[in-house]
Amino acid sequence: MIKVENLHKSFGNNEVLKGISTEIKEKEVIAIIGPSGSGKSTFLRCINLLEEPTNGVITIGKDIVTDKRTNIMKVRENVGMVFQHFHLFPHKTVLENLIYAPMNVQGVSKKQAIEIADELLRKVGLFEKRDEYPNRLSGGQKQRVAIARALAMNPSVMLFDEPTSALDPEMVKEVLAVMKTLADSGMTMVIVTHEMNFAREVADRILFLDAGQLVEDTPPAQFFTEPKSARAKEFLEKVL
Amino acid sequence: MLDFTAVVPSIPYILKGIGVTLQIVIGATIIGMVLGILLALCKIGKITALKLVADFYTSIFRGTPLVLQLMIIYYAIPQLFDVNIDPMPAAILAFGLNSGAYISEIIRGGINAVDRGQQEASLALGISYAKMMKDIILPQAMKNIMPALMNEFITLNKESAIVTVIGALDIMRRAYVVGGSSYHYLEALMIAGVIYYIMTLILTFLGKKLEKRMSRSD
Repeated sequence: MIKVENLHKSFGNNEVLKGISTEIKEKEVIAIIGPSGSGKSTFLRCINLLEEPTNGVITIGKDIVTDKRTNIMKVRENVGMVFQHFHLFPHKTVLENLIYAPMNVQGVSKKQAIEIADELLRKVGLFEKRDEYPNRLSGGQKQRVAIARALAMNPSVMLFDEPTSALDPEMVKEVLAVMKTLADSGMTMVIVTHEMNFAREVADRILFLDAGQLVEDTPPAQFFTEPKSARAKEFLEKVL
Repeated sequence: MLDFTAVVPSIPYILKGIGVTLQIVIGATIIGMVLGILLALCKIGKITALKLVADFYTSIFRGTPLVLQLMIIYYAIPQLFDVNIDPMPAAILAFGLNSGAYISEIIRGGINAVDRGQQEASLALGISYAKMMKDIILPQAMKNIMPALMNEFITLNKESAIVTVIGALDIMRRAYVVGGSSYHYLEALMIAGVIYYIMTLILTFLGKKLEKRMSRSD
């Protein structure tokens, strides 16, 4: 579904990603973990070209994302993204946040967009907040709305960039629960996270990044008990 | 001594200038807003040529006196293009072009102050640049810059008094005419002052109301 070949990304002289290659299959849930500054978020942001790779090839389905001729806007419709700081549209109500892109990007009718939005809001448990503005919601609620907003486009893959890092501890659970449900429903997901327990429980594979390199690519059971690399061992000792 | 009796009969005549002043201010505001948004978009955009043009435009209109711009437009257009331009359209054009330069700077600042995440979220959803600007970024920028914009309109309302130099019959010009014919300049000018002051108060009040309406999502 997603294929990354020899991905490099530099900011000026600082090489953040040093040649990463991996493949993500349909319905797979991938957790990307690693120390801060290891390039996890940059890797994720390269997938939908929020960062432009310096080198390498990324393919999503049939689209070669890194090919200049590819209409990246079209690809992005198909790739949902959830950010650490939510980035809901503050001047729009929860419902308006959910229906804007389906109506304006995909040309879905308002009636149909609202139907989809209502259903998604029920799924994330926030139907009663549909007419509130985002500023009236808690962090956990905002993130659940943000997930619903991305899902409203009916994407075939969802990217999560540290979705619970900006949340108060008591709100992490409700967001992870929504993500777990989503994973169980068969959504292809790529999640940058610091939630080790969640990664262990939900992910099919762990990608461990360190200093811009993909150091390990293993199933969670193995990664958390006997990681192959010394660097992963060291990292796990610090965080677990 | 102050003696208003001589100018009181002329008060309705001066008051009629309110309509003229408002016409100039409203016309100039519309031109200024449209131009200001376009210039701001050029300034933040990726096309260097447009950026340079917009920056140059702004520096010219901010770097020369408004009264000079007004007179150049009023006198130059007939001379260069062989068409007559009445004081009113000349005034509206001059104030609109001038205010566009100032408004573009206000809007540019407002756009830059919108959280970058808003743009990223829009991109990630596949929203086009035009729609993102129109529906996501500009509405938020507008909210942030309401106080600065209101300030610009209030300034415009008062500064419009300089159209008197090209003979448009606004509040200021009428007060001056009444002063001249009655030999009571001070009284006539004081009446004009009161009118401008009240207009400013009303504009300030409307601005506050608008700000409040726009912050309903807070």
